[in-house]
Amino acid sequence: MIRIFQKEFNNFLNSLIAYMVIGVFLTAIGLLTWVFPETSVLDNGYANLDTLFSMGPYVFIFLIPAITMKSFAEEKKLGTLELLLTKPLTDWQIIMGKFLASFALVLVALAPTWMYYFSVWQLGSPSGNIDTPGVIGSYLGLTLLGGVFCSIGILASSLTTNQIVAFILAAFFCFILYSGFDSLSSLMSSGSQALQVKQLGIVYHYEAMSKGLVDSRDVIYFFSLIGLVILCTKTVLGSRQWH
Amino acid sequence: MSIHIHHLTKIYGRQQAVNNISFSVREGEIVGFLGPNGAGKSTTMKIATGYLPPTSGEVIVAGFDVTARPMEAKKNTGYLPEHNPLYLDMYVHEYLAFSGRIFGFTGNGLRQRITEMIDLCGLNGEQNKKIESLSKGYRQRVGLAQALIHDPKVLILDEPTSGLDPNQITEIRKLIKSISLNKTVIFSTHIMQEVQALCDRVIVIHQGEIVADDRLENILRRKSGTIVIVVEFEGGVTALDLKAISEVDKIEELSGYKFRITGRPGVDLRPEILRFSSERRVSLLGFTQETSSLESIFKELTSVTAVEDQSVAP
Repeated sequence: MIRIFQKEFNNFLNSLIAYMVIGVFLTAIGLLTWVFPETSVLDNGYANLDTLFSMGPYVFIFLIPAITMKSFAEEKKLGTLELLLTKPLTDWQIIMGKFLASFALVLVALAPTWMYYFSVWQLGSPSGNIDTPGVIGSYLGLTLLGGVFCSIGILASSLTTNQIVAFILAAFFCFILYSGFDSLSSLMSSGSQALQVKQLGIVYHYEAMSKGLVDSRDVIYFFSLIGLVILCTKTVLGSRQWH
Repeated sequence: MSIHIHHLTKIYGRQQAVNNISFSVREGEIVGFLGPNGAGKSTTMKIATGYLPPTSGEVIVAGFDVTARPMEAKKNTGYLPEHNPLYLDMYVHEYLAFSGRIFGFTGNGLRQRITEMIDLCGLNGEQNKKIESLSKGYRQRVGLAQALIHDPKVLILDEPTSGLDPNQITEIRKLIKSISLNKTVIFSTHIMQEVQALCDRVIVIHQGEIVADDRLENILRRKSGTIVIVVEFEGGVTALDLKAISEVDKIEELSGYKFRITGRPGVDLRPEILRFSSERRVSLLGFTQETSSLESIFKELTSVTAVEDQSVAP
């Protein structure tokens, strides 16, 4: 697994992908958080990072599928997947290597935003007046959300040999899973039904975590979602072995 | 037995790609896997490398059943797929390092293996180039180097020389010959000459069935094919005159005094034709052998009727 991880991560670094992703993510988030007046922290009046955490998922919806779209689609198109699958590697090692490499790149892109926390910490009146547990919970939520999006991206990539199709599929499913269920629940007439639908979506759990209350149910939701999607990828990859 | 294939069948949907084939390959043997496109060569190789599962039958590579113990079998197999897929944006050295690490090589051992492979495959000048900048011949060498990096007992090469120019073909053949000393090699091709150049045993497969499995000279002896000769005389010769030569099977008039003469199976007509021209005192302007016996045997073995003959015979 570590070999595949290394290969994938080196591939991100050797191509422009890594620098593009990190650059675009930080520029977009930086502009939204500090410059654009509608969303800027400076004009907000409160020392918080709500902009980062409310806009972050939307930036991820576009960026993570771009990271993951080539993972299987390109290897299938080039035929290198056949070579990889005839090496002494299990399907799990290949999938997890690719998943973790994409996830690691997301974490690297996210890491510099810690500086925002310290900036806002300084800007608070009195300085240090910021909801630290809320920020930690939000970061945890954003990280797990990145994990879910990575797994969806890998699955979409394993379904096709066309990278553009993989990108569109992944972005679509990320969007549906993130806010689709939430919007759908508002159509429901009965309250309990609406809540059940809402709980299927990511927003419900993500917002719960950003309050600084890390509930095990939310964490389990994210992990089981990642596990489920990766299991689907394993099934897709293993389907060549079906009779 | 390094490779043992026992009653292997593969069915894609409703299409039967490989139909109940069995053969074994000893250690140190190079076997040519010959057949027209779509005969089931690649399918058999993909099953032997564990990429595809067999519909029925078993494949044992280096003592390990490919379906039951895939990891052990894969560790002992080197594979060069058809069309030689490579990571084009990797450097040659980097790619070989990646391949070596998968097989558990690290540190000095890995470096040593890579140096050996680069020397063996003649990649010294290319090792620090990106794979995408290499010519097809060098890419093929990189493909072979990655297949050999773990010193596998069994080497499976799917059309290793397709798409190369004649010089590159000769070099790759030389390379395969030099690495095959203590390994089991199966390579597929649809060129008969390749088999002749590389190995002494040939398995001919057609429409998913083995139609011949023998030493090359035995096949040549048993099914000596027809030889077609194109001759051009200066003048004064008709097809009827040529018909008088014994053992002539078919004569086709091409243009002027140019004829395509087909001999009876197993007969080389060339001495007869030379005698004919000297007896009649007509000069020969052209004299070429159109198909060699190898090609005609291949045609004969892989025509539809050949399969029917075989299925009746046993």
